[in-house]
Amino acid sequence: MKHIQTIQKPCIKTGKNTACGECQASCQSACKTSCTVANQKCAKEEK
Amino acid sequence: MIHSFQFQNQNVLLDVESGAIHTVDDAAFAIVQAIERGEDPYSAGIDANTVSEVLSDLEELKSSGAFGTETPTAPEILGGSAIKSMCLHVAHDCNLRCRYCFAATGDFHGERMLMPFEIGKRALDFLMERSGTRHHLEVDLFGGEPLMNWDVCEQLVAYGRELEQKYNKIIHFTITTNCVALDDEKIDFINREMHNVVISLDGRKEIHDALRPTVNGKGSFDIILNNAKKLVAGRGDKEYYIRGTFTRKNLDFLKDVKALTSYGFNQISIEPAVLPEESPYSLLPEHLARINEEYDALADYYLESRENSDTWFNFFHFMFDPDGGPCLRKRINGCGAGTEYVAVTPDGDIYPCHQFVGQQEYKLGSLDHPALRNDLQEAFLGCNVCTKDKCRNCWAKYYCSGGCMANAVLYGGSLETPHEISCKLMQKRIECAIGIYLAER
Repeated sequence: MKHIQTIQKPCIKTGKNTACGECQASCQSACKTSCTVANQKCAKEEK
Repeated sequence: MIHSFQFQNQNVLLDVESGAIHTVDDAAFAIVQAIERGEDPYSAGIDANTVSEVLSDLEELKSSGAFGTETPTAPEILGGSAIKSMCLHVAHDCNLRCRYCFAATGDFHGERMLMPFEIGKRALDFLMERSGTRHHLEVDLFGGEPLMNWDVCEQLVAYGRELEQKYNKIIHFTITTNCVALDDEKIDFINREMHNVVISLDGRKEIHDALRPTVNGKGSFDIILNNAKKLVAGRGDKEYYIRGTFTRKNLDFLKDVKALTSYGFNQISIEPAVLPEESPYSLLPEHLARINEEYDALADYYLESRENSDTWFNFFHFMFDPDGGPCLRKRINGCGAGTEYVAVTPDGDIYPCHQFVGQQEYKLGSLDHPALRNDLQEAFLGCNVCTKDKCRNCWAKYYCSGGCMANAVLYGGSLETPHEISCKLMQKRIECAIGIYLAER
């Protein structure tokens, strides 16, 4: 492609092996006020 | 849905529903923006051949599922009955009198009190019994100031370790502290037992002392800095965050980040204060442009600092790892307040999260009557980025996950009305985080 460069392929995980609920509650990580998940890790990916 | 923005003169396109990110030249950027406005791309003032090329590129992306993607189907099970995370209010008292404290300087608009061990023990039992199949659990020792009830903190961690064996689970203990009452013994214990430590320190001495005085009205900066340095020096590879707050009094909060890095800290989070409009410290719509400039300047400083291992640091809100990020369920559900996450007060009342403590209408139950209110849990479970009008059409929904529900209630009047200024700041930080990710690749 001449005008567009893809830096990140689709990455919102919707598959069967998701939704395990083992990841950290977002508010517990550092902020205690704003519940971003942009900086959170998938517990399965972390292993 | 597409979100287009510029970061350090780079044109960025985010395909919201897939998470794909593209950089584009000026022509493609103008064409995509024209399309998003519902205009004819051939009327965007760009020559027809270029427009055709860009449209062809976009079609190619569409066919690969990386542009103009449809909203994915939400997982059937968004929540559930398992509680995996607990904020344990071991002290409704504090040795500081912070000007912006959401907890009314530690008492949460109630009686100043400490949690008896027996209550904390029952809270941990409750967590174990309600955690279902969840293997990893979290308990934050919180206040007020948890170090004011230190013996109970130690006892609860010891009891938690027993429960881990009994139930074959892992408890990640964390503590949120102002460090005033730290000593070497506590530091050793914290660094041995705590998975993460959140340390409250605002940055420059004059800013910190003005906003975080002691009960006697004196500055707390010197003692906190000294203790925080000792604590962090002993943490090794374990997590910590220096967690500051900025208000309208320090819209130049980059200076506070620089101050924190100059003290030797490299894990930093600076949060905007969320306060009633009438507070002299609240952030108002007229401050947004200035705050956005500051985030841009912080992003520049961040990138520059991270080029050198001696000055490298991590800013909580600029961390962004799309491939390693959470799944759709997490992105839709957010913090899990009231469903996966609860707060327990010193007298055993249970609330959806620490920010709701003291609001009787949001009391979920108590350790004496642990059948939690179904209607409230249903309300929290039903409140997510798919159901809230404002979130559903927001480009940042899968990164923000709907914002703080307590702030929505306090400042918007209901769970479904996110706090507008917090939304704007979150969007700006996410743009910076994506831009930084692109710059560091």
